[in-house]
Amino acid sequence: MAEQTISALEQNQAPASTKPVIRLENVYKTYDLGEIQVQALRGVSLEVRQGEFVAVMGPSGSGKSTIMNILGCLDRPTKGHYYLDGVDVSGMSKTQLAGIRNKKLGFVFQQFNLLARTSALENVELPTVYAGITPDERAKRAMEALRRVGLADRAGHHPSQLSGGQQQRVAIARGLVNRPAILLADEPTGNLDSRTSVEIMDILQDLNNEQGLTIVLVTHEPDIAKFAKRTLEFRDGKLRRDSIVEDRSVAREVLQTLPTAEEQAAEDAEDSARQEKIAATDGLI
Amino acid sequence: MDFMNTFRLALRALARNKMRSALTMLGIIIGVGAVIAVVSIGQGANYKVQQGIAAMGTNAVFIAAGSNRAGGVRQGQGGVKTLTIDDMNAILQQIPLIKEAAPSLTNRQQVVYGNQNWNTQVTGTAPAYFDIRSWPVQSGSVFSDEEVDLAANVCVIGTTVEKILFQDEDPIGKTMRIGSLPFRVDGVLASKGQSAVGQDQDDVIFAPYTTVQRKVQGITWVQFINASAVTQQASLAAVAPIASLLRERHRLRPGTDDDFIIRTQADIEDLADQTQSTMTYLLGGIASVSLLVGGIGIMNIMLVSVTERTREIGVRMAVGATETDVQNQFLVEAVTLSMMGGAIGIVIGLIGSALISNLLSWPTLISGKAILAAAVFSAAVGIFFGYYPAKKAAQLDPIEALRYE
Repeated sequence: MAEQTISALEQNQAPASTKPVIRLENVYKTYDLGEIQVQALRGVSLEVRQGEFVAVMGPSGSGKSTIMNILGCLDRPTKGHYYLDGVDVSGMSKTQLAGIRNKKLGFVFQQFNLLARTSALENVELPTVYAGITPDERAKRAMEALRRVGLADRAGHHPSQLSGGQQQRVAIARGLVNRPAILLADEPTGNLDSRTSVEIMDILQDLNNEQGLTIVLVTHEPDIAKFAKRTLEFRDGKLRRDSIVEDRSVAREVLQTLPTAEEQAAEDAEDSARQEKIAATDGLI
Repeated sequence: MDFMNTFRLALRALARNKMRSALTMLGIIIGVGAVIAVVSIGQGANYKVQQGIAAMGTNAVFIAAGSNRAGGVRQGQGGVKTLTIDDMNAILQQIPLIKEAAPSLTNRQQVVYGNQNWNTQVTGTAPAYFDIRSWPVQSGSVFSDEEVDLAANVCVIGTTVEKILFQDEDPIGKTMRIGSLPFRVDGVLASKGQSAVGQDQDDVIFAPYTTVQRKVQGITWVQFINASAVTQQASLAAVAPIASLLRERHRLRPGTDDDFIIRTQADIEDLADQTQSTMTYLLGGIASVSLLVGGIGIMNIMLVSVTERTREIGVRMAVGATETDVQNQFLVEAVTLSMMGGAIGIVIGLIGSALISNLLSWPTLISGKAILAAAVFSAAVGIFFGYYPAKKAAQLDPIEALRYE
């Protein structure tokens, strides 16, 4: 499997010398539900190197949510080891894990999970608050992250004043603000229309290409998985397939085949301008 | 996360549900307001009683002729004839803690002026008595020490006696009869009103004790010695030396009962104080029950808030909030709620007691101790009733919390 990973990296022009950011060694997760025990993961080993863009796929019950929770340090493996950025986090306390989540991980959720009635800037600032960063530095970093996702002009808006795509971009900015080692995106396009989904994938591809940000994406949509460089398919708690994406989609190219919101708006504006002109001429007569 | 951040966060969370926060605080507001108002009324009443007692002379020491046992038969108080004017002079000379003293002896007499007559209490005493009891005349003057030495037929009367006998006439210099003897009225005492037990303190006549001893009652002893010590402390310290001096003078063998009773102002004050404190504690206790109810209200709302904000808690945990961070966030929120309620309650309590003293003209006294206690207590209520919801929030599983609908 390791060979497979390296070959995958080579194909995507990532330097082979990069260190593994994630290494799972024979990870088991068993949920004790009283009388019955559910084995959600049964011996998963995998490696994700810096700069990779991995899609985790699988039907419900395959263990992909469990692997996401373990990768996100929200849960601990029952057995086996998880090395994050070279550190074994499988035996850490809840408080230590909170610190790891804060500094090493960025989360993007399907439901966006922004705090309501809180400005975009303050939402993005949230992880920095728990990192013990000074208020000035916090605002600076949050603004920088918002600029990175193209929403610097919406810093003062509340989530209810933003579209779904914009909310998800704020969430991505929040995931980036503490400069994490990995961005974990759990069905980030699940609540978005197809054009907005591609826009979000464009941002993720951009972050991956330009900053070399390691991204792990959970999705059940094959179309979305095609934006990643590598897919991990889970079934019955085991990693069944680890493959390189052959004909990878490039979001920027896909976007050009779809009408942009601006074009749509421009057309609408032209229409109304024409209508107004007619109305004005009518008024003169 | 540092405290200022947590506090700002709490304020914002509370501001988001202004109506709910206000209603939750209401319990604490009413509780604290009631405690402050009730305690200030209690303290005010206490202060008034203390002042009333102080008006009698805070340094006073009363010595009353007690009972004695004659062949196994106890006579009632004042039945003994052993307390004399020489005892009083001995106390004044030998006990430096005592600065003034006046004797008194009292019985009821029929008094007559013109066509009016009345039965009242006639007390023989010395001019020092009016100093000791801080009792000035409202017109005329008190008889002099010379008139005492001469056993002159002079008297001062209380306002009730003045009203009944003299009606609209000016009594000063007029001659009235006590029993069958003529007395010149030298002065009218300022009105004292009713005593604590409802007795009319102005229905009195005072004459020189010598006159009353020899001409009215025909006795040689006195019933009371009204002494005044140099300070309030001294009045307490003087009790023991007076007792041993009197026992020696009355030749009482060790083991026998005293034939006198000594009381100080402090004794009476303590008693009044105790009664008042009991009332204040009782009313304060009832008021604190509403504080408790307010606390339960806070707990209730905090539990609702934790449930409502489950997702927010999940997000905060996902981005790095520790259990302690989450717990502190909710705890600070609860304490902010209760302390703001406490602060508003204190203000309302102060306004309330000011209104009570203005509208009902009840005496009120703002107690700094009660305000401090209310502030501390409301903070404690916040911590106590906020702890459980905060703990519950902190122990949420981030995965479950993020999935919560």
